[in-house]
Amino acid sequence: MGTWDDVQREVRLVDTSLRDGSHAMAHQFTEANVRDTVRALDDAGVSLIEVTHGDGLGGSTFNYGFSLVDERTLIEAAVDEAQRAKIAVLLLPGLGTVTDLKAAADLGAGAVRIATHCTEADVSIQHFQAARDLGLETVGFLMLSHMSTPEELAKQGRIMVDAGCQCVYVVDSAGALILEDAADRVAALVAEFDGQAQVGYHGHQNLSFGVANSVLAYRAGARQMDGSLVALGAGAGNSPTEVLAATFYRVGIETGVDKDILMEAAENVVKPYITRLPVMDRSSIVQGVAGVYSSFLLHAERAAERYGVSAHEILYRCGERRYVGGQEDMIINLALEIAEERAEG
Amino acid sequence: MSTDTAVAAIVGPGNIGTDLLAKLQRSESVDVRYMVGVVPESDGLTRAAELGLETSAEGVDWLLTRDRLPDLVFEATSAKAHAANAPRYAEAGITAVDLTPAALGPFTCPVVNIGEQVTAPNINMITCGGQATIPIVHAASRVTSVPYAEIVASVSSRSAGPGTRANIDEFTETTAAGIEKVGGADRGKAIIIINPVEPPMIMRDTVFCAIDPDADRDAISESIHRMVSDVQVYVPGYRLKADPQFDDPQPNWNGRARVAVFLEVAGNGDYLPTYAGNLDIMTAAASRAGELLAEKIISDRKAVRA
Repeated sequence: MGTWDDVQREVRLVDTSLRDGSHAMAHQFTEANVRDTVRALDDAGVSLIEVTHGDGLGGSTFNYGFSLVDERTLIEAAVDEAQRAKIAVLLLPGLGTVTDLKAAADLGAGAVRIATHCTEADVSIQHFQAARDLGLETVGFLMLSHMSTPEELAKQGRIMVDAGCQCVYVVDSAGALILEDAADRVAALVAEFDGQAQVGYHGHQNLSFGVANSVLAYRAGARQMDGSLVALGAGAGNSPTEVLAATFYRVGIETGVDKDILMEAAENVVKPYITRLPVMDRSSIVQGVAGVYSSFLLHAERAAERYGVSAHEILYRCGERRYVGGQEDMIINLALEIAEERAEG
Repeated sequence: MSTDTAVAAIVGPGNIGTDLLAKLQRSESVDVRYMVGVVPESDGLTRAAELGLETSAEGVDWLLTRDRLPDLVFEATSAKAHAANAPRYAEAGITAVDLTPAALGPFTCPVVNIGEQVTAPNINMITCGGQATIPIVHAASRVTSVPYAEIVASVSSRSAGPGTRANIDEFTETTAAGIEKVGGADRGKAIIIINPVEPPMIMRDTVFCAIDPDADRDAISESIHRMVSDVQVYVPGYRLKADPQFDDPQPNWNGRARVAVFLEVAGNGDYLPTYAGNLDIMTAAASRAGELLAEKIISDRKAVRA
């Protein structure tokens, strides 16, 4: 049996249910959840499946939430279960390290997605070089892409490509990009790379544009597209993989995956284990409006409950202060600040 | 200059070296006489010369041929340069305060462990995040056992230099080791976040310590407040953003409770900008450590004469 990488397709769907979905599951995935999901995605023809703590390798912490099961156990299970798909891991420089990456590669991970804030790509250079030395497929994530212009984003993408990255993603971590916001950023990266690397798009549903942006991103030249089954992911969730497959089918773009197997997997494999369905509620919509990192959502809800303030108010302030991915600790500080202002009346 | 000072050199006339010089010029025990670089037209060397220091772009070779060798050298170059220079300082009997990540000598956090290290030939200042957070981990661990401590350092993009960016793993790994060896946690974890917001954000640090659910929370809180005052002696802009926050055990916390401490570190604005508290706390800690080493050098000198 070959790998799914041998299949001809016009766009590659990448599933992140078992990584971005970790946020929505408060990092409580079991080994059985991972095995069942990987088996279904592999059957459907998905060629790259991401499995890691939501915040990447080494993310199991007080700040981001401790994993129920060690991510290395989950990565190993995913590798064991995948027949034709490749398993990817996420790494955020400043949190995960090259040592973590080597351990993941030893467990059989075949790709790494290295994520930085959209203006700080140079912190990833050592990790891309290490990934290439390990023989891994390399992908770069420019997070919170809405906080930068297409031109600036292209320059940052160039830093990643020069460091050995094979595909740079426009990552809409806040679900804040609307239509041409996404397409213009993708187009700028495609023009900058001039065929030296691919471009990908990672959408969130906070303002409901994940799938529509993905179609426009394809038309602008993106060739890898992220999704999660049942939208399982941070904020209001990701572009649902099964909807991406159905939509690309409807517009006649070959994904090489079986949309019906994906719909079956969403309905009968993933939905039953979801503890909290991602929805467009007040807090997640505010994330899209204020441009806030989607994984702040559950942390804001917890801090709101702990200190008797409202989550959407915390999230609005996160947007005002322009906090970036990883600054989850500031959420508690903001809740305290709001509670203190209330007390002073 | 009276004999009651230790003669010092700063090697590395960049932003860190220049800010360190500004701090040490206020010292009564350290007399910075030399500034050494490798680039002739360096701004830092020019500035130091204007302040009356003897300067040279001929590196450590020049420094080690002075008639009056320094008692102390502050190394603000790179880990690689320090690794090459350190044996030469040692051979010449010069005590080195290492601000690079070389970590050849023991980790030093002035407010925690300088007392044990005044006789070491070479001390290392760990990392900026370490200087900001290790005192707090120690404040908790001197009251109760800390099986795990985690720190999150957020710094402004403008204050994250090329060395940090090229090897960010070195920051996380060295800081984690410092949390264990100096902070007193059984296991340490460090996270660094670079934020590009304009105007630049002042350095923020959060410290999470796992503690026993029955630990004396008032005593921990009191210890932390006391520690913050002690750090303020050499970093006036070091402050708590809120009282320490205690949380009861939650699922996946291994039965432990948690104390969370929220800090802001504003720099003194000597040469570096105020927001760069991360760089300032390194130069402030090195300056403080240098003064304590100088006092020891001076008292030894007196003992010999007596």
